[in-house]
Amino acid sequence: MTLTIRPRVSRDSEKRRDLLERMVLQGPGLLFIIIFMAIPITLVAIYSIFQRGRFGGIVYNATTENFTRAFDPVYLGVLVDSIKIAGITTALAIVIGYPTAYAIAKLPKKWRSIALVLVVMPFWTNFLIRTYSWIMLFNREGLLNHALMKFNIIHTPLDLLYTQSAVVVGLLYGYLPLMILPLYASIERLDPQLGEAAANLGATKARAFFSLTLPLTASGLIAGSIFVFIPSLGNFIVPELLGGGKTVMVGNLIRDQFLKARDWPFGSVLALSVILLVFIFFLLQSLVEKRYSSEVNE
Amino acid sequence: MHSVFSNRGRKIVISSMAAGLLLLVSACSSSSDEASGALDPNADLTKQSLVVSNWAAYNPPDLAATFEKAIGAKMTITNHATNEEIMAKLTSGADSGIDVAFVSGQYAQALAAQGLLEPIDTALIPNLSNLYPEASKLAYDIGNKYSVPYTWGTTGICYRKDLTGFDPTSWNDLLNPAANVKGKTTMLATERWLMLPAQKLLGISANSTDEAEMAKVKAQLIATKKTLLAYDDTTFYTRLVSGEASMVEAWDGWCNYGITDNKNIKFVIPKEGSDLWVDTMVILKTSKNKEAAHAFINYILDPAVNSWVISNVLYKTPDKAAMELTAAKLGETYPNMLMTPAELLKGEGLNDLGTSGPMYTKIATEVTSSK
Repeated sequence: MTLTIRPRVSRDSEKRRDLLERMVLQGPGLLFIIIFMAIPITLVAIYSIFQRGRFGGIVYNATTENFTRAFDPVYLGVLVDSIKIAGITTALAIVIGYPTAYAIAKLPKKWRSIALVLVVMPFWTNFLIRTYSWIMLFNREGLLNHALMKFNIIHTPLDLLYTQSAVVVGLLYGYLPLMILPLYASIERLDPQLGEAAANLGATKARAFFSLTLPLTASGLIAGSIFVFIPSLGNFIVPELLGGGKTVMVGNLIRDQFLKARDWPFGSVLALSVILLVFIFFLLQSLVEKRYSSEVNE
Repeated sequence: MHSVFSNRGRKIVISSMAAGLLLLVSACSSSSDEASGALDPNADLTKQSLVVSNWAAYNPPDLAATFEKAIGAKMTITNHATNEEIMAKLTSGADSGIDVAFVSGQYAQALAAQGLLEPIDTALIPNLSNLYPEASKLAYDIGNKYSVPYTWGTTGICYRKDLTGFDPTSWNDLLNPAANVKGKTTMLATERWLMLPAQKLLGISANSTDEAEMAKVKAQLIATKKTLLAYDDTTFYTRLVSGEASMVEAWDGWCNYGITDNKNIKFVIPKEGSDLWVDTMVILKTSKNKEAAHAFINYILDPAVNSWVISNVLYKTPDKAAMELTAAKLGETYPNMLMTPAELLKGEGLNDLGTSGPMYTKIATEVTSSK
């Protein structure tokens, strides 16, 4: 009898020790997520079904009005515009970021770290200041126009700012490093022997890229896309500064509902819609990634 | 009300953090009713301590120290970036811990309507006699029952004649610009001032809540958007200085900042009229230091103290004594500093919109997101 019991006791205590270890390791992270993610998002969800207090805050009368209002063409239009702008930004970031990351990964080792520092360097300066400096550079009376006119390349100043394209370029500039870094990480992990094998087996460079390199770096590509798309979608500084306030994105809308219109419930609905979008993109990511990884395994 | 916008970067970051925090705070706050007893004119002010919330850089930097020295009460100054931010703090239900707040007139009106303000005890503020008589005729609080005005001004067109080639006289010059200024104008994006030029041009009240009237305002503003360089609440005067813009909608004081850098810049109030904005000081009912709060307002109305905001922020104040001390000298460089209270009061006072607030917000979104 004792023989059969003893191992069970020790397994139990082992389990308990495991549990304790897990709690110690995961506790701080979980607590952080609960306090700064779960609770705020729950609050936002709760606020979304109540009425606006006249001076901000909430009147606790349940209503669906905030949700129906979100389907008003004005707000849908802003949401669609935002997705479009963030989508174009992400696509451009891939086009520029992939070759850059590839080139960095192929550099000799000591140059690689220097190149990576250069990629990250813009983050050393506040995003707002970097964005504002673009106004100094590119406005009608800015440095670029003055220089071009001085050298007689143009005769009337170019209007480079305060358009939707200016917003896209501003976002691209701000978030490109977030595309390059995960791409670099996945490209760097590529086994060079695989490429050699493909070449030996007669694959063209293009074929090798599309059936080998691209699927193997898909996780980095998707991670980078999400890192660029999500902050672009919610950004409100760039549309305000480089868009001259003439391009409205969903981030501007949400900010205005909370800080100008004092309409917290509607702001909450808009915020939830962005959270939902982000959630959908994460789902897509995991689906695509699963497909790619199974493809590679086959 | 506007001086703060100069710290825009900080404003955006801080206010977005504040909004996040407020969500948390308001969720777990409960309302507390503070019985307000009669004020004691002989209260020992050294035992009181004040928390004052104001826009950044809108009071003398050493105000807390000089006040403490002169009056004896301790004082802490906190900053808010916008009216909306301080309103959220004051109306969330819990005691905000703030004794005196600086808010714009229409917000003082809203706070008073909610019963959140302590009535002003005129006996404790002898310096009220420094104010122009017009200062007690302001529509949002006639007789200054709940608020004492700090600064006031109006909105107009700030322009560079060397770039426009003419002196604008009408809001039409801004809203339907001539070919040579097209693409070189900016408008304010804050709702009330976004609407104001079109409201005045169309002969509509700046406080209109009529949907048909506001639809016309919207149509005009959507047409105007195509002619704008940008919407700009914060840097419009620097755009004039650099020459990027030649005509902008501007608050009087802010046009003065442009004039400081370029003497070609002029300010005009269009013939259709404009607004009258007032920034006020209010005492919260929840304050436990009401005598010191009154002493603070009295201290601010001292011409020697009040002159600071005139010569440093270049705003006009309703403090006659302070204006006489300071504004005449400034008038040579900044002609709008010489506007008389009677001229200012021709502007339409901005009142709280009540339940029509969301309509303005929606129109603003429709206008700024239009293509």
